[in-house]
Amino acid sequence: MADIAFTLLIFFLVATTMDVDSGINRVLPPWSDNQDQTDAPEIKERNLMSVHVNMYDQIAMQGELVDISQVKNKAKEFILNANDDESMPEKEVTEVDLIGSYPISQGVISLQNDRATSYETYIMVQNELTRAFNEIRDELSMQKFGKVFMEAAEDQRNAVQKAVPLKISEAEPKNIGGN
Amino acid sequence: MAVIKQKGGKEVPALSTSSLPDIIFMILFFFMVSTSMREVELAVQFSAPTATEIVKLEKKSLVSYIYIGQPVRQLQEQLGTAPRIQLNDKYVRTENVAEIGQFIASEREKLNEADRSFMTVCIKADKGTRMGIITDVKQELRRANALKISYAATKTLGY
Repeated sequence: MADIAFTLLIFFLVATTMDVDSGINRVLPPWSDNQDQTDAPEIKERNLMSVHVNMYDQIAMQGELVDISQVKNKAKEFILNANDDESMPEKEVTEVDLIGSYPISQGVISLQNDRATSYETYIMVQNELTRAFNEIRDELSMQKFGKVFMEAAEDQRNAVQKAVPLKISEAEPKNIGGN
Repeated sequence: MAVIKQKGGKEVPALSTSSLPDIIFMILFFFMVSTSMREVELAVQFSAPTATEIVKLEKKSLVSYIYIGQPVRQLQEQLGTAPRIQLNDKYVRTENVAEIGQFIASEREKLNEADRSFMTVCIKADKGTRMGIITDVKQELRRANALKISYAATKTLGY
């Protein structure tokens, strides 16, 4: 009896894995046939923050070289636009269920990378940008519902998601490094 | 007076093994419940990048995997060290990314119709990979209309 059990146990030890897959979720933009993007929606300059990562894994935001540790705060500052700066994104006051009228930021972060950028840096930048949005969501959720975003109820989460949409655009790839 | 001597009366009785199967079965059931079947043999080696804002992938049956990385050491002799793409058990040269379209179509066929829109593609790429390959894969996924993706990463507490 024990032998049979042992055999089965060893089979399961060898044939199965325990790892849980986890990662950063993204939704790609749908494929469009005309690559020159003539029908792409116009985005006002003040609503767009460009993030470039070049072949040497250097990061530039709005044309300014930054360190990875600054990315989150810069993105957050841009999306929130707390002082209603003219050069930062517009806000559109919208009625959101459970939250009430909330100025939804129109800011879009456009991430562009070179073909020679390393995947590790790319994920680090993606992670920092996600973190910026998650912190904004957490703050709003804390203020309205007294709970952080992930612990709020589902309808509350949906409301927060609607008020703070994750707007990271992965632009059409370009060879910005000339490589 | 006759004294009856007990022979070996002080020996420890043998340990009963009758409960051993029960214990082993318990461990077996634990492993059966907490693990999942290994579905593909990895032919590329990769170490996932680290991130803090990761989300667990739910419903494994809806997830298809694309592995990107150098071939494993045993295969490097034949294939070299240039990064390759692995779709389930099939190797794809980085120049033939167009095959991803067929792969996605066949993976989609396997799901029932109601679940098709929830299909997620998990990109498991080595952190040393250049973005060129990954951009090509992403473009192919867009073309195949598999828009929900997940960049596999392991949890870290911060950089």
